[in-house]
Amino acid sequence: MDFSLSDEQRMLADTLDRLMADRVSPEQRRTMLEAPAGARSPLWQTFAELGLLHMPFTEEVGGLGGDGTDLMIIMQALGRGLVPEPYLAGLVLPGELLARLGDAEQRERWLTPLLEGEHQLALAWQENDARYDAHGISTTARRDGDGWRLDGHKQLVFNAASALAMLVTARLDDGRLGLFVVPADTTGLSRHDYRTIDDQLASDLTLDAIALTNDACLGLDAAQALDATQALGRAALCAEAVGAMEVACQQTLDYLKERRQFGTPLSAFQSLQHRMVDMHLHLEQARSMAILATTSLALADNERDYRIAAAKAYCGEAARFIAEQAIQLHGGMGMTEECYVSHYAKRLVMFDHYLGDVDHHLEYVSDHLLNVA
Amino acid sequence: MNLTYSAEEQAFRQEVHDFLATCLPDDIRERVRLGRRLSADDHVRWQNILSERGWLAANWPEDHGGPGWGPVQRHIFDEACAAAHAPTVVPFGVNMVAPVIMTFGSEAQQRYYLPRILANQDWWCQGYSEPGAGSDLASLKTRAVRDGDHYIVTGQKTWTTLGQHANMMFCLVRTDPDAKKQAGISFLLIDMASPGITVRPIITLDGAHEVNEVFLDEVRVPVANRIGEEGQGWTCAKFLLTHERTGIAGLGHAKQALSHLKSLATRVQHRGRPLLELASFRQRVVKAELELMALEVTNLRVIAAARDGSVPGAESSLLKVRGSELRQELSELTRRALGPAALPFFPDFLHGDAELDDPAQAESAAGAAQYFNRRKLSIYGGANEIQKSIVAKTILGM
Ligand SMILES: Cc1cc2nc3c(=O)[nH]c(=O)nc-3n(C[C@H](O)[C@H](O)[C@H](O)COP(=O)(O)OP(=O)(O)OC[C@H]3O[C@@H](n4cnc5c(N)ncnc54)[C@H](O)[C@@H]3O)c2cc1C
Repeated sequence: MDFSLSDEQRMLADTLDRLMADRVSPEQRRTMLEAPAGARSPLWQTFAELGLLHMPFTEEVGGLGGDGTDLMIIMQALGRGLVPEPYLAGLVLPGELLARLGDAEQRERWLTPLLEGEHQLALAWQENDARYDAHGISTTARRDGDGWRLDGHKQLVFNAASALAMLVTARLDDGRLGLFVVPADTTGLSRHDYRTIDDQLASDLTLDAIALTNDACLGLDAAQALDATQALGRAALCAEAVGAMEVACQQTLDYLKERRQFGTPLSAFQSLQHRMVDMHLHLEQARSMAILATTSLALADNERDYRIAAAKAYCGEAARFIAEQAIQLHGGMGMTEECYVSHYAKRLVMFDHYLGDVDHHLEYVSDHLLNVA
Repeated sequence: MNLTYSAEEQAFRQEVHDFLATCLPDDIRERVRLGRRLSADDHVRWQNILSERGWLAANWPEDHGGPGWGPVQRHIFDEACAAAHAPTVVPFGVNMVAPVIMTFGSEAQQRYYLPRILANQDWWCQGYSEPGAGSDLASLKTRAVRDGDHYIVTGQKTWTTLGQHANMMFCLVRTDPDAKKQAGISFLLIDMASPGITVRPIITLDGAHEVNEVFLDEVRVPVANRIGEEGQGWTCAKFLLTHERTGIAGLGHAKQALSHLKSLATRVQHRGRPLLELASFRQRVVKAELELMALEVTNLRVIAAARDGSVPGAESSLLKVRGSELRQELSELTRRALGPAALPFFPDFLHGDAELDDPAQAESAAGAAQYFNRRKLSIYGGANEIQKSIVAKTILGM
């Protein structure tokens, strides 16, 4: 067992902390959110220069071979900064699938420029009728001459509006799960863009008799790769949430020390001290779970999914507790747009709605328990 | 003891139900159902309909124009209104300042203001909180200096709910800076059109414009607009707060939210089965249901104990704490039941008149925003921590 970071990892963490402090103030973040989708982002460019875009990929596919801990360091920093850049949705998740399933030509065309920061991608797996289940989808892919024809609807495709292409999951005639690259300008593909309540850029897609050539097919049996990619996404989200929890706790603590009522700082009231301790406890327990999740990525599928489901469920509850208390202890201020902690609170509460919520993962963990018993 | 409704009470419930079915305008019902913001005009339109029926001032005694209902009837009425998606009556006039005017106001003040409230001629807002005076309300600093027949009022109020629509504000001001904290406070009625008043919006985390800052710069207020004696403002303020808190239990809303949640969790599918069949989710719904059952009886017990017309004392703090926690839990479960569909945010639909093409999206649009908005329930009207301190001191003698 070893909980320490390597020298490189400590340097990475320091670099990221400085970057967040310099480049992601509340005003700078507002500017980023208001920039038109698809515009070249200066921060993304900096990510590329710092090697962050190469970090989570193996050397075989042109990456830097970072491990789960490196990813945790990056995601935690992004969570602390409440960074709206689509690091996970536009890079890590589609990149992971390309790395796992793409042939040399497909990687050359889509993955290499992705890592260079030349374009971004998106992953379209979500269909609201299937709730959080990536396998229960109804979008279909059928053979059509030499190529393929796709029909269906996808919801909550993050970063679709800025993506040069989307990786789309579709059910094949034989019941297996296929994965296809659909360029953004494909005829028959339409998009409805919006922001989520926690400021992410997302789209609903309609695929109406989309015609694809054979080289658009990344895999005819993508289920296992998709599971692995979602596990990676969940672990990364846990780390991001921990970063956001740190800030929500810190800002609340600072506020309690500074705000005075009844002639004393709020931090003098014992009931609030205890509440603050509860928040801190949730944070530390969630941090442990995020470490557990990000160090489990290389385990056998079953063991990996069990641990990561546990972490995602745990962090979901912790994130909500911390968000709710952060608002409560700020009083009326916590309810306002202007008070930055409210933005962290929104991100933390909605964390549960990405890649499976508490109930979804608790069910997975309980089923596992029955199988083991 | 008997917890069933009498035949008379059942007939009353039917009467309210029929009234709501025929008189509540469809457009308003639909906006409330979907959790969309109402315009000032929507509120007034509905309150005029209630007023015409004689049901606007549910808490008023008959001699002032109230319907003369007892607690059970009021309970039935609130529940039916929430179930029918009727708008909540804007409380500041009819439920807050009116009882103060009835209890502490002069005859002239009663004759002037009460009929105007009944006829929706004035929109009242509540000028209590200040940036430096929230939980510690008695530390408020807004100054009122006597100048002949007027007070000159200078200071700042904040969190003023729907102040953007208001033409009148009831306001706590400091008339004697040398007296002990509570003793130097007076209760003034201020015309929002007076020179020197500026209202600025505060946008809440759900994107809504519900609260405001109100700046007062040498605003001239006639001394005749003072309620009660100079220095008696704190008594009025506390009297009003107990009235405010009673409504805050929000049982009608909680019942409506629970029934919405159950039908949502039956429709929404989780791995091909209704979400409600998922044990971990169902258990939380059931717990909320039990809490609601208990709270309904507790609420009626508390009100019944004060049947002589007075309002409940510290017990109302208990109702406020439990009621707000329950409604927050229900909003949490509703957001969760929506699953991924809770994420998209359409502020122009929720807070404005933009429409959504996809009806499913319209149905789920308010889920997350409402969850965040409901965080206010444990903050306003005296935060829950403060309510618990009141209970500890007053009921438990700690
Ligand atoms: C949506 C909304 C609408 C509102 N509408 C109105 C309105 O129309 N008119 C009006 O006058 N006001 C209104 N308010 C103001 C409301 O009454 C205050 O927000 C409330 O009294 C809390 O004050 P505060 O916000 O200053 O929080 P603070 O008093 O600063 O409290 C911050 C936190 O500390 C806790 N705390 C404070 N003191 C203690 C203590 N002694 N022991 C333990 N914990 C403590 C509080 O419970 C809270 O959690 C509204 C508020 C909101 C959010």
